[in-house]
Amino acid sequence: MMKRKILNEKKINIVLERLSNEILENHFETKNSVLLGIQPRGIELCKRLYYNLKKINNNVKMGKLDISFYRDDFRRFDKIITPSNMDLNISLENKNVILVDDVLFTGRTVRSAFEALLSFGRPKKIELLVFVDRRFCRELPIQADYVGIEVDTLENEKVFVKFGQAEKSVYLTS
Amino acid sequence: MKDLSVDNLTTIKDLSKSDIELIFNTADNFKKILNQPIKKVPSLRDITIANLFFENSTRTKLSFELAEKRLSADIINFSSSNSSVKKGETLLDTVQNILAMKVDMIVLRHSSPGASIFLSRNIDAKIINAGDGSHEHPTQALLDSFSIRQNFSDFKSLNVLIIGDIIHSRVALSNIFCLQKLGAKVGVCGPSTLMPKFLKSLNVEYFKDLRSALSWSDVANVLRIQLERQKLKYFPSLREYSSRFGVTKKVLDEIKNKVILMHPGPINRGVEISSDVADSKQSIILDQVENGVAIRMAVLYLLAKKIKK
Repeated sequence: MMKRKILNEKKINIVLERLSNEILENHFETKNSVLLGIQPRGIELCKRLYYNLKKINNNVKMGKLDISFYRDDFRRFDKIITPSNMDLNISLENKNVILVDDVLFTGRTVRSAFEALLSFGRPKKIELLVFVDRRFCRELPIQADYVGIEVDTLENEKVFVKFGQAEKSVYLTS
Repeated sequence: MKDLSVDNLTTIKDLSKSDIELIFNTADNFKKILNQPIKKVPSLRDITIANLFFENSTRTKLSFELAEKRLSADIINFSSSNSSVKKGETLLDTVQNILAMKVDMIVLRHSSPGASIFLSRNIDAKIINAGDGSHEHPTQALLDSFSIRQNFSDFKSLNVLIIGDIIHSRVALSNIFCLQKLGAKVGVCGPSTLMPKFLKSLNVEYFKDLRSALSWSDVANVLRIQLERQKLKYFPSLREYSSRFGVTKKVLDEIKNKVILMHPGPINRGVEISSDVADSKQSIILDQVENGVAIRMAVLYLLAKKIKK
């Protein structure tokens, strides 16, 4: 397995800062903004953005969205999908929702997320933020509003984003 | 995480401890879904389920039906009172005819012990046993243990008492298997005529006296006297049963420990449990009903996962 580092910690912090500022531009002082991390891998990123935004806009809220039961590939996988925690104590009715995930690949996760979040009310607006956009891999007409970095990848390659305390990096493996 | 080790849910006996834990963890997630404004998920939208109830049921049938609808499955219902069974059709024929209509899963309640095991050996569809005679009622046991789990951190060192008509009760048998697999100790209490002969082989403790049984236990599951299944007279009168084995405020006041009370329903108020106790804070009877939908969603979801595309 080939493993290639494409972003180091320093760069990641710069990108995070930029993404936070981009969100602020559109959501400055809005009381109705909700950052919604997609379980499991969107949560760390979502938390970091949330802390960044909190410093300036105190009204922003955060939730965790689990999409396991809304996926369209149930029974098409051999592996069992392990559900994660759904943590969303606010109604999304009339809110400006920013969906957050680490990697945008086929777009199917995001489609499932739409369906899942509509169970919590009708948002005013939904935007999508991803840290890594794998271009030319989409199976559905879905694009992100905020993109950390764009990478061109082959279908059999994988992108790993690590936001842990121990290590912050983005890897490409094949 | 691993898949369920079984293809059908016919008995608790077949499940491993990790199967039961997988069902519980999945049910935890479904419980959250059931508290959302929109309580429906699309997981089973390409699955058709037949609910075959050859015996009367209200709670279990509604609970299964709701669980299926929350998972977006297509469902058909069947109850034997208005069916061809009365015209002499066999169980296997009835089911095979239903399967010919492209049904993927079957929820079966039948008065003969082992009916669901028999079906699972003869047909392809996934079978869920919703009660087969006096044999087993696996989803009830799962939801009972799930309800206990919400009140205690661990099943180890937990004493669970089952009171009443053990010999006719499928709930009792499934509960004993399920609780023992999870590590709890099980005791039974009731008139000796209502205890099965094979009680010794089940490795449960038997109490003749209700007060000493309740002082031993952390949780007590109170069963209904199933008069419809009793062909003989097992005790002199309901009044006498009630005075010796009925759980009342007076009895609970006499013992020192606090016991959590459960009942699988339907309750005969004033017979096995008094009204004030059934409605008290000690009882988690309505939690059991609420958990039933989540547990059944989990079972349906995990078994549907195994249907080949």
